[in-house]
Amino acid sequence: MTYATAAPNLSRTTAHPPIQPPPGGASGLPRLLPEHGAVPVDLPTHLGHHGRPPYRGQARLLIPLLEESGLTGRGGAAFPVSRKLTAVADAGTRPIVIGNGAEGEPASDKDKSLLWISPHLVLDGLQLAAEAVGSSSVGLYVHRSPRLQERLRAALAERAAAGVDQAPVELIDAPPRFLAGEESALASRANGGAAWPRFKQPRVFERGVAGRPTLVQNVETLAHLALIARYGARWFRSLGTAEEPGSMLCTLHQADGTRNVVETALGTPLRNLLRLDDGAGGSGGAAPRNITAQAVLVGGYHGAWLPASLAAGMTLSNAALRPAGAFTGAGVLAALPADRCGVAETARVTRYLALESAGQCGPCFNGLPRIATVLDELAGSRPDRRALADIKRWAGLVEGRGACHHPDGTVRFVRSALQTFRAEIQLHEHGRCTAPGARPFLPLPAATATTDADWS
Amino acid sequence: MKKQLRVDPTACTGHGLCAELLPELITLDEWGYPILAGQPVPRGLDREARRAVTDCPALALKLYRPS
Repeated sequence: MTYATAAPNLSRTTAHPPIQPPPGGASGLPRLLPEHGAVPVDLPTHLGHHGRPPYRGQARLLIPLLEESGLTGRGGAAFPVSRKLTAVADAGTRPIVIGNGAEGEPASDKDKSLLWISPHLVLDGLQLAAEAVGSSSVGLYVHRSPRLQERLRAALAERAAAGVDQAPVELIDAPPRFLAGEESALASRANGGAAWPRFKQPRVFERGVAGRPTLVQNVETLAHLALIARYGARWFRSLGTAEEPGSMLCTLHQADGTRNVVETALGTPLRNLLRLDDGAGGSGGAAPRNITAQAVLVGGYHGAWLPASLAAGMTLSNAALRPAGAFTGAGVLAALPADRCGVAETARVTRYLALESAGQCGPCFNGLPRIATVLDELAGSRPDRRALADIKRWAGLVEGRGACHHPDGTVRFVRSALQTFRAEIQLHEHGRCTAPGARPFLPLPAATATTDADWS
Repeated sequence: MKKQLRVDPTACTGHGLCAELLPELITLDEWGYPILAGQPVPRGLDREARRAVTDCPALALKLYRPS
């Protein structure tokens, strides 16, 4: 896992003077990760830089500041954090708070990187969020990596010895499944069951773990929260756009195969993050096009493909991406090189997504494997004439009919591929392909679930 | 406020009884799972809707009042 910091976003407005010295350099970035290298930050270094968590001494006092900051969830849904905290605080007594570091998305490294490099920011955020909703039952749900868990246990022990934490933190194992971090799957797992999504009535914030109101926040969200509690809403808003303030972590997959985690301001042009040498900004087609990337996958495997020429004109913000059917999601950006077949890549990932269905809801259980099978056919030579129509019909049948958004996200991904790779599909219909037998590009885990135990 | 039908997709096993009892509001997809009309249950179909709910072998169909 490598890590680097993104070039500063030059389009942002001038920073307001912070309440205290901010953690970043003059550019304000990086905020969450140390300025130099990927050296893990230990507790003395963390406290030297940021001081102790600024507890407010009372529930709810932090919430207005979070509202003013405009912080939204960095797990993918971008839901306003202040509203979620308010809902949990209102839902009843003795709520539970769980930091979500499951990161089941195979193309995302940002939560693992953050937990490894800056665990104390996440743990500060967990404590502050717990205080804000009046909770003393706190958990951290993380990937089953022994190295990472050992490190987090050591960090928690350090904090206990230094008396930093108000509530003890329980580590909860997340199984290596795509849906493990889905909020209701997390609640099921924290209740001792399998990490399967459930029908959300009542919802997790009303009755989640142990029948109690449960706040689930992505670990990156918690790290931002820990900084906002110290440096204020204006400091947070000095990066990003007015509607989508702050910075976010992104996992970048460049067309040359390199992969790294960067922190960047919301609103950063995508071409500052990915090398998209697509000729779109050139002299209008007269010069030979030196294409390195043909398409960009935005938002991961529940996200959307965009042609590279379109992505090159976009910024990292939902305001820019939503009209094109894409979302920032959890910050996965992948530039598909020109020497790969987008249809084959989509078919491979869709097969994976079909196998990652928890198999609980009929339309998802029946529809996704069929879509994957026909996509496989479409990725081959001279597919059946009905292939496209079948995929479109099944996509309509699975959408909105699951307990979780797995069918919806998968359908978004597939539909965007049908649109972005339309020319490639036409090639296949004539028995040709731009990259027959090319090596797979998008990362997938080797093992898929074969037994119920794989989910817990 | 009129009631609406909702199916718990994790409980539904595609028996299809609901579509037989209430074809006006429920059809089945090509795998046998119910597709609900998004509209509230009209007064004239109250009894049939309640029957579809109570007779669902998987107890997956619910009637609720939209809030």
